[in-house]
Amino acid sequence: MNRTPDPLKTALGSPAVEARVAARRFADRAAHRGADLFYAEEASPLGALLLVAGRRGLIVLRYDPTDVDATLIELAERRSPRIVESAAALDPWRRELFEYFEGTRRHFEAPLDWQDIAGFRRRVLRATAAIPYGELESYKAVATKAGSPGAARAAGNALGSNPLPIVIPCHRVRHAGGGLGGYTGGLERKRLLLAVESARVSADEKS
Amino acid sequence: MTTVPPFQRTLEAHGDAVWRYLRGMVGAWAADDCFQETFIAALRAYPRLQPESNLRAWLLTIAHRKAIDHLRRQRREALEPLAGELAAEPQQDGAIWSAVAKLPPRQRASVLLRYGCELRHREIAAAIGCSEEAARRSLHEGLKRLRETL
Repeated sequence: MNRTPDPLKTALGSPAVEARVAARRFADRAAHRGADLFYAEEASPLGALLLVAGRRGLIVLRYDPTDVDATLIELAERRSPRIVESAAALDPWRRELFEYFEGTRRHFEAPLDWQDIAGFRRRVLRATAAIPYGELESYKAVATKAGSPGAARAAGNALGSNPLPIVIPCHRVRHAGGGLGGYTGGLERKRLLLAVESARVSADEKS
Repeated sequence: MTTVPPFQRTLEAHGDAVWRYLRGMVGAWAADDCFQETFIAALRAYPRLQPESNLRAWLLTIAHRKAIDHLRRQRREALEPLAGELAAEPQQDGAIWSAVAKLPPRQRASVLLRYGCELRHREIAAAIGCSEEAARRSLHEGLKRLRETL
């Protein structure tokens, strides 16, 4: 190959804006075209969130999505490489999250994908999903509901690996003595979520 | 990696080359339809692909089939001639694109795949379905003709 810029290569090989438009159009319609997984980054009061959903429901909700590729590659191997970026395909979950942060939604209804959540972990997360808005439960109580009263610490670990924070409200679980425990997105976020929820609940009780 | 990359990454990495190739083959107006058809077909076959596949060459092979289908359909339906359609497009490198548009399809495909998409001769041959020798020849003839026109 010669090293001088070749006018032919320059003319025929330059990036085209239309290509990006076409690619976007493709991805946005991919739900009807055989894609299996969809992802989007969503702004929220707690910072950017990464959402990934499949046909059965939401698979991943992640805080601070700095390494989106790692998540996608892992899902490509475990589930399907037919992954496209499409905010439109994630509309049901984006809308519910928006309403939750806005204060008009108390529980989530859009489907969640439980396929990769099994055993004790599944029972713990199921029990957690049932904790009502604005209420708190202890690790011990959640472990008991999951069928293992003595396994508070293991319940804590299961919650630490919650793939769907916020929508499976692990922020509502704390120590029996009142200590906040841990949180996937950092304690600051846990505090904030709890403060907002309890403020709204007490505002409701007054009115 | 034990599997192909997430499809979105493949779309981002090679969408541009596929679009340029199609624009040169079928014109800017039809390029979008062919682009969508190419990636629908690619998405369908994607999970069966070997992880070490040359994704760009693979996508361009599909794009080539879609372009040829389109040209056949166009000829059957006797729409306005392709060269005229392309020449009417306002673009910076208009002269080169319209000269490429006037090449016979196989020469056009070879030139676009080599200079627009940087495929090797072997990959061009695989994409357009001919021998490596024939691909070389098409490329050579296409370039000769372009030089005469420009």
